[in-house]
Amino acid sequence: METEFRICGDRSLLAVYGSGIDQAVNEKVRRMAALLTGHPHPGIDAVVGSYCTLLLYYNPLQVGYQELTTLLLSLEKTLSQAAIAETRTVDIPVRYGGAFGPDIDFVAQHNGIRTDEVIALHSAADYYIYAIGFAPGFCYLGGLDPRLQVPRLTTPRQNVSAGSVGIAGSQTGVYPLASPGGWRLIGRTPLRLFAPERQQPLLYQAGDTIRFRPISEDEFLHIHHLEKP
Amino acid sequence: MTDALHILSPGLCTTVQDLGRFHAYHMGVPVSGVLDDYAGRIANWLVGNPATSATLEMSMTGARMEILSPADIAITGAAMNPQINGRPCRQWTSLRVQPGDVINLGAADNGCRTSLAITGGVAVPQVLGSSSTYLGGLLGGFKGRMLAAGDILKRGAGPLLRTAKNLPWFPLYPEDIFLRAIAGPHDNYFHNQLERFFSTPFTVTAQCNRMGVRLAGPPIDRDAAAPESILSEPIIPGNVQIPAGGRPIILLKEQTIGGYTNIATVISIDIWRIGQAKPGDRVHFVQLSLEEAHKLYREWAGFLAAIKALLTA
Repeated sequence: METEFRICGDRSLLAVYGSGIDQAVNEKVRRMAALLTGHPHPGIDAVVGSYCTLLLYYNPLQVGYQELTTLLLSLEKTLSQAAIAETRTVDIPVRYGGAFGPDIDFVAQHNGIRTDEVIALHSAADYYIYAIGFAPGFCYLGGLDPRLQVPRLTTPRQNVSAGSVGIAGSQTGVYPLASPGGWRLIGRTPLRLFAPERQQPLLYQAGDTIRFRPISEDEFLHIHHLEKP
Repeated sequence: MTDALHILSPGLCTTVQDLGRFHAYHMGVPVSGVLDDYAGRIANWLVGNPATSATLEMSMTGARMEILSPADIAITGAAMNPQINGRPCRQWTSLRVQPGDVINLGAADNGCRTSLAITGGVAVPQVLGSSSTYLGGLLGGFKGRMLAAGDILKRGAGPLLRTAKNLPWFPLYPEDIFLRAIAGPHDNYFHNQLERFFSTPFTVTAQCNRMGVRLAGPPIDRDAAAPESILSEPIIPGNVQIPAGGRPIILLKEQTIGGYTNIATVISIDIWRIGQAKPGDRVHFVQLSLEEAHKLYREWAGFLAAIKALLTA
């Protein structure tokens, strides 16, 4: 598909590199973002990617829309030679079930499997991070096993603890901060995924892969203690 | 840093804000920042601060506070009938205050949001490069939250003014708000409704906060073939989102990614007008091209530079 540019107000433009949940398209978005942030261009104040789209936030006093689309098209031509940004697999320890994941039995029953199979399936997969947004550090992940899909809660919980791992529809994810939420909770990580005071506030970036590792309650409490701000 | 303000009563929603946080968008941290940046900048210039200093933003009902050290303050934005020690005082001017003085702001009777700047700027720890409060993420500003009674705020160092400053005019905030907007980025989902969108007055509902302003009016329908939601895309302040049901939401400064289509985007130099919208006001969208918008942007930048020159001379 040819790249499509869309006007998004007087200070931003959207570049669309494809459609659908497609890792190849998303990798292109991510590599374009890396090229733009690796060599700052005057007038570009922020670069944000999502599944298929890249948003540039710019200062019209310094750079024009046509100039930006030309820049994007020429950068795109260099993509094949550009160094591939390093991606990592990030290990996220999770205490599954019990008070940490009160909906795990529901997920098992709904799919006709045992609770330990829910844990085995959920922790066996690699989850690719397509985008980060909605809340600080919240990941839009691909790769949930279809045998773990469940509908979201009809009435969302008023308060979901930070670190809770949940499933809704075909998505799984972690709540980085305490918030209301309607996902079915199967576990909780003791890690602080987002900590603005750290030099690296986030433990991962878009394009990385997440793997969940089951831990004991003791290990949860140990890591939780170390993570205290 | 000096103790500067003791909050006696916080008002409805008073937060510390500067011009925003641009470098953490990719981590899911939205820009935040003062909603009426026009009033916020002027407040800072009136007390001799750079435009980027942190101010207090008050919504609908203002705060009551005690002054803890000598300073200049300036109150701009919505008219909140301010008083110093029970005597009415002016907005859009610098005011010298002394320890023990009590500043009281009432309910907004023109506009919605008021900025208060103080010599040296409100001093809070910088989070990800900004002093702005992001309420949804509980970060930045004063402990990541709205101010509460008993809070003590510090200010940065800065010289007191030699002579008072004032702006020789000030904006009024009409109940009919005209917002200039560019169609898109998803206008291709609304072929049949663009004209209707740009010719229909909408009403601001009570569902308005720093995240967005929900409007009431005749529903805007998507084209028959267009999906109700899309794969999440980056969003920016000013995007006019059309969720299921067709009632537009103007997005403000507390979101980074969204899964609904945006029929149009309010131009950046009109965001402050939305910051002054209150429930019951009418919103009219006025369509313009990107070229026209960029011309207006340059003119507005020139206008702000002239005000700055006037106040910092």
